[in-house]
Amino acid sequence: MLDSFNIKKEKTTFDVVIVGSGAGGGMAAYQLAKAGAKVCLLEAGGYFDPADPKYITQLKNPWESPRRGASTPLRSFGDFDAAWGGWSLPDEPYKAMEGTDFWWFRSRMLGGRTNHWGRISLRFGPDDFKRGSLTGIGDDWPIGYEDIAPYYDKVDRLVGLFGTKEGIRNEPDGIYLPPPKPRLHELMIKKAAKEVGVPVIPSRMAMLTKPINDSRGACFYCGQCNRGCQAYADFSSSSVLCIPAVQTGNVTLINNAMVKEVHTDPVTGKATGVSYVNKIDLKDYEINAKIVVLAASTCESARILLNSKSSRHQNGLANSSGVVGKYLNDSTGAGRGAFVPALMDRKRYNEDGVGGMHVYTPWWLDNSKLDFPRGYHIEYSGGMGMPGFGFGMGMQGVQQHFPGNKRLGGYGAGLKEDVRRMYGAFVHMDGRGEPIPLESNYCEIDPDKVDKYGIPTLRFHYKWSENEVKQAKHMQDTFEEIIHEMGGIAIGDKPGADTNYGLAKPGQIIHEIGTVRMGNDPSKSALNKWQQAHDVKNLFVVDAAPFVSQGDKNVTWTILASSWRTSDYIIDQVKTNKL
Amino acid sequence: MKRRESLKALSLGSLGMAVLPATAAVAAPEVDKGKFTPGPGRTDAEIERDKKIHEQDFMTPHEMATIAVLSDIIVPADEKSGSATDAGVPDFIEFIAKDMPHYQLPIRGGIKWLDNYSRKLNGKNFKDTSAANQIVIVDTIAYPEEAAPEVSQGVAFFSMVRDLTLTGFYTTQIGFEDVEYKGNVPNMWDGVPQDVLDKYGFKYDPLYFENND
Repeated sequence: MLDSFNIKKEKTTFDVVIVGSGAGGGMAAYQLAKAGAKVCLLEAGGYFDPADPKYITQLKNPWESPRRGASTPLRSFGDFDAAWGGWSLPDEPYKAMEGTDFWWFRSRMLGGRTNHWGRISLRFGPDDFKRGSLTGIGDDWPIGYEDIAPYYDKVDRLVGLFGTKEGIRNEPDGIYLPPPKPRLHELMIKKAAKEVGVPVIPSRMAMLTKPINDSRGACFYCGQCNRGCQAYADFSSSSVLCIPAVQTGNVTLINNAMVKEVHTDPVTGKATGVSYVNKIDLKDYEINAKIVVLAASTCESARILLNSKSSRHQNGLANSSGVVGKYLNDSTGAGRGAFVPALMDRKRYNEDGVGGMHVYTPWWLDNSKLDFPRGYHIEYSGGMGMPGFGFGMGMQGVQQHFPGNKRLGGYGAGLKEDVRRMYGAFVHMDGRGEPIPLESNYCEIDPDKVDKYGIPTLRFHYKWSENEVKQAKHMQDTFEEIIHEMGGIAIGDKPGADTNYGLAKPGQIIHEIGTVRMGNDPSKSALNKWQQAHDVKNLFVVDAAPFVSQGDKNVTWTILASSWRTSDYIIDQVKTNKL
Repeated sequence: MKRRESLKALSLGSLGMAVLPATAAVAAPEVDKGKFTPGPGRTDAEIERDKKIHEQDFMTPHEMATIAVLSDIIVPADEKSGSATDAGVPDFIEFIAKDMPHYQLPIRGGIKWLDNYSRKLNGKNFKDTSAANQIVIVDTIAYPEEAAPEVSQGVAFFSMVRDLTLTGFYTTQIGFEDVEYKGNVPNMWDGVPQDVLDKYGFKYDPLYFENND
């Protein structure tokens, strides 16, 4: 029996309790609240509103941070980044098993990691749902592009993004605002890439280059979307979904609520609600609800399910298949920078633009003619950005590429002149590719460890396969081709086999998915095609945990579309008394 | 004389007449921490952490003065902008050493190395020797590819101080003006200016002039 002295129960029974306020939870809260459901939205971190001055770092100058925007253990991406937390949270440990690696980025705050994400908003293409049957490796989704396409359209209209209609079959077009014009280095990249057969098209990102409604402003081109936008001119779940959801009057938002487990009725097996630890008073609380929706992030949702053990659900909840935690997969990532002498001694002007690239390269090759099975896209950066911590470091490495016979290092007025000359003369390329999800890459409950709240923690087992390593090698070859064609000088040695060709460690790209996968076969999947648990029909997962694969498309747009689709399904099921 | 001014006098002197021993002109500077004000948008945990760091001391007055001399040799005032000490670089380096403790030993030990080297050459610590002697020493450690193997530790130290000085300088208002960074203000991006497009031989694709409504 639960100890009634230590557990505080809310008297209300909510229609729905949603765990997590990122892209998936925010969308579900917004859609369900608008439909009239009484929603309890639980967020493990504090409140955050990008427009509230007490949170604003946008348009601040580097000298307003004593470390000039460098990272700290409390904010991995630096003082000005909107994401609280990062690779390690002091009170919430995890580990990777020996010989394996996983980096887990967590942001405990309203809106979660959407507050600082790259806003790259790509639809999966028709092939991305059918990789298993198309290639014989990996698995198909239980749904196809046609199932989710109407929801991509709805997300485009509600949230807004820019881009261009290109008619590329596996890069479906959306409903776009006008794209920003490329910066100078982006024009140079486009020209060079074209010469070597690599397409470069306008990027597709969730910033409002035109206003779309009265509650959000238009982009003012500060280039700082990762800091959160006080004009709400980009997408974050806090500003675009959670705050409007609360404004419906149907949402009870509870911050600092660290969910421990989902409760079930021992007789019916149905979910009855969740319990959480309040991070401020460290007391336990229970929320009762008719429907439970998990959106705590790929790994956290798996953790909650695995920790929700009962006599009826001994492997954890929704896990009669044993698949929960497995098939964890992150995007591949590899990058290379270059110094571009033609960009030395540039005329100065403001080219901050939107927060990120104005052009990118979608996957352009046929994997059946290559030695690796999946594609990647290329993201570009560079130009006359705002100096921050790290600016000017390693000048001797830059000076060696100056024309003429230059002494490296040095000091004095000549050194200052060298800094002025090299400013804005760099570009960077990053490949982001599709991995093969493997059953052998997984997270599980650590038998020996709990966090500060007494909740058993996760441990990870993750190794890249040859498929991802070969893809990274191809990325590096492509980067060099483009760099050479534009007259640039690639920086440092070309990453080789000893470093897996610069392949980022699993988790570092922060695109992890797959731990609560959906499928038609309940013995091989945890959720059905509606992201509804096979074992518990009033339990849903709406973050990226249900995704069978991730394409080479950053998954946020698909989380939004998929969560909306599931929300509509929930509304329909409730209306027809099927839940 | 306030600390910054005295340091400035020292560094300007360093570049001009190398006659007076620097010690005669300059009192050992106090580490001036000022009042703690939290940065923008900090969480409670960050405010607590930054306040603790602020309250600590790391560098001694001798070390601060040495870093000030070095940073002004690395970034002196010129016709375009001020010097490292004008931009508060020594205070920045002191903060970074406290914030990122892996810098502490290399800074402390590096200054000791520099003083030892200076005393062998001319009997005085680096900051107390003449400006001409300081430049002789800096010339032996400022060019990694040319430096003698026996001063390699000094080269590593100088490169680290150069890195911290340049970052500390260019992330200030003075540094922004020096490098002519034009951004961090609300504006309407309408592409690369026409004269720049012309210079590089680019023109925009017609798609950027279509009305996407």
